[in-house]
Amino acid sequence: MLGKLDWSAIPIHEPIPLVAAGAVLVIVLAVLIWAGAKGYFPYIWHEWITSVDHKRIGVMYVLLAMVMLLRGGIDAIMMRTQLAIAYHSPGIFPPEHYDQIFSAHGTIMIFFVGMPFVIGLMNLVVPLQLGVRDVAFPTLNSVGFWLTATGALLINISLVIGEFARTGWLAFPPLSELSYSPGVGVDYYAWSLEISGVGTLVAGINLVTTVLKLRTRGMTYLRMPMFCWTTLASNLLIIAAFPILTATLAMLLLDRYLGFHFFTNEGGGNSMMFMNLIWAWGHPEVYILALPAFGIFSEVVPTFSGKPLFGYRSMVLATMAICVISFMVWLHHFFTMGAGPDVNAVFGIASMIIAVPTGVKIYNWLFTMYGGRVRFETPMMWAVGFMVTFIIGGLTGVLVAVPPADFLLHNSLFLVAHFHNVIIGAVLFGAFAGYTYWFPKAFGFRLHDGWGKASFWFTFVGFYVTFIPLYAAGMLGMTRRMQHYDVAEWRPWMIAAGVGTILMTIGVICQILQLAVSIRQREELRDTTGDPWDARSLEWATASPPPVFNFAVMPNVAGEDAYWLIKEKAKRDTLETREPDYRDIEMPRNSPTGFVCAFFASVTGFSLIWHIWWLVGLGLAGAFATFVVFAWRDHDEYVIPAQEVARIDRVNIAERRAAMNMAETPA
Amino acid sequence: MNLLDPQGPVAAADKTILIDSVAIMLAIVVPTIIAILAFAYWFRQSNPRAQYRPDFAYSGRLEMVVWAIPTLTIILLGGVAWIGSHQLDPAAQVPGTGSPVRIQAVSMDWKWLFIYPDQRIATVNSLTVPVGAPLQIELTSASVWNVFFVPQLGSMIYTMNGMVTHLNLRADNEGTIQGLSAHFSGDGFPDMMFDVHVVSPLEFPNWVANTAKSSQVLNADSIKKLMQQNIEPGKPTFRLEDPRLFEDIVSQRIAPQAGPKLTTNAAQSYLGAQDAR
Repeated sequence: MLGKLDWSAIPIHEPIPLVAAGAVLVIVLAVLIWAGAKGYFPYIWHEWITSVDHKRIGVMYVLLAMVMLLRGGIDAIMMRTQLAIAYHSPGIFPPEHYDQIFSAHGTIMIFFVGMPFVIGLMNLVVPLQLGVRDVAFPTLNSVGFWLTATGALLINISLVIGEFARTGWLAFPPLSELSYSPGVGVDYYAWSLEISGVGTLVAGINLVTTVLKLRTRGMTYLRMPMFCWTTLASNLLIIAAFPILTATLAMLLLDRYLGFHFFTNEGGGNSMMFMNLIWAWGHPEVYILALPAFGIFSEVVPTFSGKPLFGYRSMVLATMAICVISFMVWLHHFFTMGAGPDVNAVFGIASMIIAVPTGVKIYNWLFTMYGGRVRFETPMMWAVGFMVTFIIGGLTGVLVAVPPADFLLHNSLFLVAHFHNVIIGAVLFGAFAGYTYWFPKAFGFRLHDGWGKASFWFTFVGFYVTFIPLYAAGMLGMTRRMQHYDVAEWRPWMIAAGVGTILMTIGVICQILQLAVSIRQREELRDTTGDPWDARSLEWATASPPPVFNFAVMPNVAGEDAYWLIKEKAKRDTLETREPDYRDIEMPRNSPTGFVCAFFASVTGFSLIWHIWWLVGLGLAGAFATFVVFAWRDHDEYVIPAQEVARIDRVNIAERRAAMNMAETPA
Repeated sequence: MNLLDPQGPVAAADKTILIDSVAIMLAIVVPTIIAILAFAYWFRQSNPRAQYRPDFAYSGRLEMVVWAIPTLTIILLGGVAWIGSHQLDPAAQVPGTGSPVRIQAVSMDWKWLFIYPDQRIATVNSLTVPVGAPLQIELTSASVWNVFFVPQLGSMIYTMNGMVTHLNLRADNEGTIQGLSAHFSGDGFPDMMFDVHVVSPLEFPNWVANTAKSSQVLNADSIKKLMQQNIEPGKPTFRLEDPRLFEDIVSQRIAPQAGPKLTTNAAQSYLGAQDAR
């Protein structure tokens, strides 16, 4: 009846996951009861869960990323604590638990923090920057988000029911095959990534279509803001790479469920093929995360320097070059597998070539600051911190691209420090910069600057205190994923890294306090202009938060930095008071399709993991039925009448005028 | 296990390339970091002496420099990578004094078996080699992937079941150094550390002779005990019955090692592994 599932799946004698899960359950229940008591459920259902508005979906993506960042961060704290203690001792976590922690940390941070964070920001911002009303496929957008949430849910369920993978975040066979990992851990891993991978793929298709097909009048490719370019590049990579991941994990699942021999030791399986396939996805994945972060910095640095982006065309070229080359370097992840010197050298050099366009980007941001008036608001702090940190990460990255150096550093803590150096330095700093930068656009008030800067300094310093010691430990031969160790010379570095983790934790706490303080002081931090940073692109041309239709009248773009040009024009001829010609606007109706689909996907995923076959059938049938109901819907759009559009827009314009006059009077 | 304290020519050459590469990159990275901080500081809004050039967004000359600096660096480093990859190919022979020593390394869950086919002996978690002699190492795995790595001897390489990888090393100083597995292989992975005893060329034959007197014999039957999934606390030594034992493992005539046994269907995670430890 319940497949492999029975009471022994609940880790009753393992206090840590049980207490953690209990706490999470209590918090979730408390939030639900509070929301129910306040009567928020209808609002949450109608305005958020069933919403197909790209802004709302973007916000939900970012929220998911932040919640999962806490989960992944707690994993990190546990790992650093374990390694600070486990010298000549088993530490606090036995291997079967510790191995799950580092596997979950990697999986969560990449798939359920990095991905939803950047996809969320792209969702929120790109249609606004392009001057359009929504993404190309609004309901599909909702489906994509909820499938990602399904993956996150399954991973969190593994904390209490059964176990998570104990194989590392890429689940290399033959270790991840049934014979060496007979538990449900790898199944949790693979099914949650299969389901969320579909979500990511549809998000990618959606955003590529949006950039290619939906741009406002005059928004030619070479007038698009840099963030739109990096969105295009990143989502092209998603479309090309994620099917590889899906197929690779499907092969692993066939091995595990149906006795195939794709990657097994026996029966002619070839585990090296898994390594190639997973990295053929895995290396582009690095750039799927990094390119949007580069895009965010390309918005932040010009805005806070009061200048256009330096070398825009160079940046476009560099972005697309990274997009293409990132597909040709996957082998550098396993120089030590025994390939010949020609192969190793070619892939080593190809990997280094990526450093050229990336270096160009750094110099272009540098010269964007040159001759500017740099304002050190929180997003700009993250941007400068990023430039410094990312160069160091780039240096160590090019270093491990030299095969003989990699022969010493492969899989070491040096490598671990390197990729945290680029992922934290670029993706996380970029995500935080984008979060602070676009928060007023999404919610109509700014985040508290003081707490933001405190968070920046703790995170920035904490990062170095954590990861410089890991570089050092790697130079002392320490390899990754060790649950305990007996080598005296590693010990001080592990303790130092533990101290750094405390600093980074304080940084995260500052970020949480920043949000709480900002919500309490939202009236003081209110932005009525829609343009709190004196920025340059079209998302700032509409109100904060934008009306559901984004723009009352589709803007007409005359050049790069579209909104800057509009502002310049408005300053020149103040007579521009003619009321625009308002028309009726058609918007897509909200739809529970995404949520219902994800519900059935969760049921299907869970029952596949536990071999509850009748429930698998039920889940799949439910998902298919949802699709049929959606496909046969009668009304998919509703109309906002012209008077309503005019009313909303007049309020916005009046507020904006008032704010501008206020700003100009003292000067 | 300090990478900056190499004990053999391969590790020394790896280290030289590592340091040269860092030096080449530092030559542009340090000025760039200084420029970032300097520009950000000088062009701060509150500095009245900084010239504001709100339209400075393109300069052909600067673009040229901007593309040229990383390109030139990478051309230089690419040369280092190409030459280094060829000179330090793990499969290429390393010259040395005395006759080469053939070693066959087998990673198991969770221990290292070292077979000396010419000397007809085998050791577990302990590798003894003569100083200065070329070490010709063939590697495979009896179960999942591992990486054979002696940091102070240099280059690491994967071990994979059903396949053979090749590694050539040489140890130049007598003493004991440590090796480890550098690829996660399961619960007992951190205990896959092993000692490398580098002894004088005169002492090595004595050690071989003593080891050959071992009462334990390693053959296709007795290897089954070694192939149980556990951590080996001691460092047993064996007399090798058949010098083709390694080929039997590679060709899977000796079947790959079994994984953990389940006590119940679901609770394997918490019970199975504890048995193994």
